[in-house]
Amino acid sequence: MTAIAEHKPAPPKPGTGGGDGGFIDLVLRFRELTILAALIVLVAVTTAVNPRFLSAQGVEDIFLNASILVLLAVGQTLVVVTRNIDLSVGSTVGLVAFVVGDFVTNSDHGLVVAVALGVGIGAVCGLVNGLLVSFCGVPALVVTLGTLYVIQGLNHYIAHGEQISAAEVPQSILDLGNGAILGVPYLPLISVVVMLLVGYYLRAYSSGREFYAIGSSPEAARLAGVPIRRRVLTAYLASGVLAGLAGTLWLARFGTVIADPAKGWELKVVAAVVVGGVAIVGGVGTVYGAALGALLITTIGSVLVVLKINSFWQEAIVGLLLLLAISADRLVALRLARVLRKRNARHG
Amino acid sequence: MNAPAPPAPPRLALVNVSKSFGAVQALQGVTIELYAGEVHALAGENGAGKSTVVKTFAGVHRPDTGELRLNGEPVTFHGPADAQAAGVAVIYQEPTLFPDLSVAENIFMGRQPRTSLGRIDRRAMHAAAAELFTRLGVALDPRQPARGLSIADQQVVEIAKAISRDAQVLIMDEPTAALTGQEVARLFTVTRTLQQQGCAILFISHRLEEIFELCQRVTTLRDGRWIGSELLDGLTTDDLVHRMVGRELEDLYPKQDVTPGEVALKVSRLTREGVFTDVSFQVRRGEIVALAGLVGAGRSEVARAIFGVDRWDAGEVEVGGVGLPSASPTAAMAAGLALVPEDRRQQGLVMDMSIERNMGLTQLRSLRRASGPGPLISRRAERDRARDWATRLQLKFSRLGDAVGVLSGGNQQKVVLAKWLATEPSVLIVDEPTRGIDVGTKAEVHRLLSELAAQDLAVLMISSDLPEVLGMADRVLVMHEGRLVAEIPRDQATEESVMAAATGQLKGKAAA
Amino acid sequence: MAEGRTAGGLDLGRFLRWDVVVAALLIVVFFGGAGLSPDFGNTDNLSFALGDLGEIALIALPMTLLVVCGQVDLSVASVLGLASALTGALWDAGWAFETIVPVVVLAGVVCGLINGLLVTRLGLPSLAVTIGTLSLYRGLAYVLLGTEAIAEFPQQYADLATTNVPGTPVPYPVALFVLLAIVTALVLHATGIGRSLFAIGAQEDAAFYAGIRVKRIKLVLFAVSGVVAAFAGIVYTLRYGSARADNGVGLELAVIAAVLLGGVDFDGGKGTLGGVIAGVLLIGLLRNLLMLNDVATEIQSIVTGLLLIVSVLTPRLITAAGQARARRRHRDPAAAPA
Repeated sequence: MTAIAEHKPAPPKPGTGGGDGGFIDLVLRFRELTILAALIVLVAVTTAVNPRFLSAQGVEDIFLNASILVLLAVGQTLVVVTRNIDLSVGSTVGLVAFVVGDFVTNSDHGLVVAVALGVGIGAVCGLVNGLLVSFCGVPALVVTLGTLYVIQGLNHYIAHGEQISAAEVPQSILDLGNGAILGVPYLPLISVVVMLLVGYYLRAYSSGREFYAIGSSPEAARLAGVPIRRRVLTAYLASGVLAGLAGTLWLARFGTVIADPAKGWELKVVAAVVVGGVAIVGGVGTVYGAALGALLITTIGSVLVVLKINSFWQEAIVGLLLLLAISADRLVALRLARVLRKRNARHG
Repeated sequence: MNAPAPPAPPRLALVNVSKSFGAVQALQGVTIELYAGEVHALAGENGAGKSTVVKTFAGVHRPDTGELRLNGEPVTFHGPADAQAAGVAVIYQEPTLFPDLSVAENIFMGRQPRTSLGRIDRRAMHAAAAELFTRLGVALDPRQPARGLSIADQQVVEIAKAISRDAQVLIMDEPTAALTGQEVARLFTVTRTLQQQGCAILFISHRLEEIFELCQRVTTLRDGRWIGSELLDGLTTDDLVHRMVGRELEDLYPKQDVTPGEVALKVSRLTREGVFTDVSFQVRRGEIVALAGLVGAGRSEVARAIFGVDRWDAGEVEVGGVGLPSASPTAAMAAGLALVPEDRRQQGLVMDMSIERNMGLTQLRSLRRASGPGPLISRRAERDRARDWATRLQLKFSRLGDAVGVLSGGNQQKVVLAKWLATEPSVLIVDEPTRGIDVGTKAEVHRLLSELAAQDLAVLMISSDLPEVLGMADRVLVMHEGRLVAEIPRDQATEESVMAAATGQLKGKAAA
Repeated sequence: MAEGRTAGGLDLGRFLRWDVVVAALLIVVFFGGAGLSPDFGNTDNLSFALGDLGEIALIALPMTLLVVCGQVDLSVASVLGLASALTGALWDAGWAFETIVPVVVLAGVVCGLINGLLVTRLGLPSLAVTIGTLSLYRGLAYVLLGTEAIAEFPQQYADLATTNVPGTPVPYPVALFVLLAIVTALVLHATGIGRSLFAIGAQEDAAFYAGIRVKRIKLVLFAVSGVVAAFAGIVYTLRYGSARADNGVGLELAVIAAVLLGGVDFDGGKGTLGGVIAGVLLIGLLRNLLMLNDVATEIQSIVTGLLLIVSVLTPRLITAAGQARARRRHRDPAAAPA
């Protein structure tokens, strides 16, 4: 292998081979590092103004609040990486939270039944989306916009103006949302475990890499014999299952659930994912970045409260963050393309 | 029965295969047999159906009639995955890589080396990729993302992919089109090694000398029809050309001699960093000037910059003495430029739109004026103008309201020409004007270009079709790696002189 | 492959155009509805149903142009909300209504231009951009007005939004819609701009190579979308007599549903304005019908969602079936070569 240089007549791209990989790697990592830096600055400044922000309780609250968004962001990453989108997750969470709540109210059904039911409903929603997108070839945005509507309507129909009250939800379920093991609350624990599992799968398994292949170049994926339809279906199924889990956790955390409680969350999730460096055109991004994006967005919400800034700013800031993220990505990509073009020129 | 060593059946074969797309008959009764340990050439002009053959072998297309046979047994490939499972590897003209993934992942997608737990063994994968590159004699970093690789390097990645698959059949669709002489030699060495290992190889190239150098047998196609399969031994280049073209070459190129008029297009020191450098030339009225060179030499890029599709970094373009701004097709059109682009399906036409609307797309303003005051378009004017041009170019169609996508390639190209000629340009740039169209229409296009030049139009023609370049051009400009390296007058232009310049073997003694 | 698809789609397209199907469906619903519910057919109800559709119908016009051009603007409902909040805030601050209207419309232009510039200058996908501005503009609406509701707008303007054009059963906003619909139809189907839109949506490269100013056209379209959404915000505010930050939440979905239901291809390049108008009316009548028959309002969003999916799914299934048939047809005669 040391003989490589001898075979090549003219010294090609001297010494840049490894360096370039490193450079581009850095650009990709750069996103996650930037968010981390932004988080640290945000926390530092807020703590300086109000030291109670970093109290054990404050931190725990942020992690509790972020965990549901992180779960959804992990599912959404799977979908977006394949160059698709799932806008129905917000209504799925709502439907699951309500239906599971309704089912367990004043019953002796335990935690296992609740989770199984929630995940089951989520899986059905994901399956419908996935089948329509992958096998019927309907644009993802349209399908999931449609199912958003349908699921939302179902939720309202089932709820019929009623709400689930925490007092009627079995304690075992509420414990899941508010309990802890060795001082670590269950909710963030679940999210982190799911994130690590999915992240590991996407990086270390052949089928996981195919999600990226599909998003990076559907044509090349087809020619390479990647089972595109099956993978896209899997992505939606996973997104649905995680939304189902998130819905059950929502019930566990809040206990009191009105109809369609997570209305509008689909956009928050997409924002988290995109801010976290997952390219909306697919092929690029990690669940870790997406989770960081979710954490950042949640933290901003808490910061606004602590700094006594009108909490109405939150939605605007989320939107602004998303725009900043995609613009920055684009500018970096354009810059990179120019650098590569000029480098090719130099080495002819 | 099997005593006297029966010849092994071909590894992979098409037997009497026909295939059509809509109205276009792409293949008709084609038979090709690929034997183990043999390099088989597929010869034919542009549009003869070579790419369809490749895609049929690759499992992308399925034959309408006839059979695909694997080791003598009929087989159906339901998709590229089936073909791959059967040991068929394809290297396409334009490499299809995953830009966001690393080179090693591109090679091993779906077949990454795994640990006992089933997860990807990255270290082994990178080592395997590095070893493949060593065998191929190239220095590529397996960890580098595919985005930004040169075409030659992308080709290398594709070849590494095929080798890593242990392919039994290797299909190479014009792999040398974008390579330099050294890179071609390297590729041939690798190909011969594979051949000795018993691989069956199909090789496509426009450079006939490459076919004679590398291959043992050749199948010739003309207009999708099978002309014959034979041993190359004893065949001459002329024989092969004759089989491909099916008539004397002179018939095809009716360029009339004209005395060039004033300068219509003047390009001075045009540069787009990393793409082309310092390109200067002029085209006079009445002249057809060809811009020749290998794929990737920067010819189309120069044309796109002149027309304003791409920005240029330095230099000037003048049309009829007036300077053009960079990156404005609208300004270029107003100055009298027209560009018939390289990629008809993406850039030339809106495939789902009707013939008449496609033709009218370049003249929306004048169609508007024709119908009187207001911004409304006169459909009658649109249709009349379209019918007029359809007649002049002898377009074969059933209705002007039909989507342009249902026409044959040649007729589609006529629509593109009509769409631009209707703008009454003073300079016409045509990029690969006859790629993928049948011989009959090809001759018509040549006659048309010749007539237009005789009527004082300045024509800049980009073509990879050497006979076309030699037959049509008053002057041949040759590009190599983004620079203009030679200007050859008509009487000195030969296949040898143009190819020598195009492959960079001319440095120093430059323009003849 | 592509050629096969074009041929197959066209064959069937000649006999079965989706916008015609929707129009037929509209007629069925209309007469079916009249039979089902005696109140349905009377003019008062119809003019109410139409008025109720006003904002959706108005915004659907520029949205049609955008989708034909291969773009989408998801921020329209937020622009509507922001316009409503701004109207309220300025009115509360004592501005004259005559001054408020141009200022709000101008704000709509700015919102649209921000979308358009991000799409054209940076080359970002409009979907991602407008998901971002959806959040941003709605957030700004909340920042302006919080959860307050501003009411008591001048009567003469409120009347304009709620009453009928004298001597007709047509509410003023609907009359405005009719006017704009005619203009939009002419632009889309009878001008060079319309031709350009179809070309951009179907094959952007080819349009650009033909000298069409792709970026400028897109930019203008986004600006127009912003203006119309802002104006619809004023109408909405007056019609309900209440300016709130959350006015029109989720309306973008109804608009897109109507446009797609009308047969406009989400991938761009195909569609008719007539189809969209039929789609808007169909959604409006269905909602009205469900309401009259005391079907829970929740069902409405289920119906809208299903319609949206069906409207995109059906043409695809028809095309796929057509292709399969074309393939079979092709194979049989070819089996016996001449």
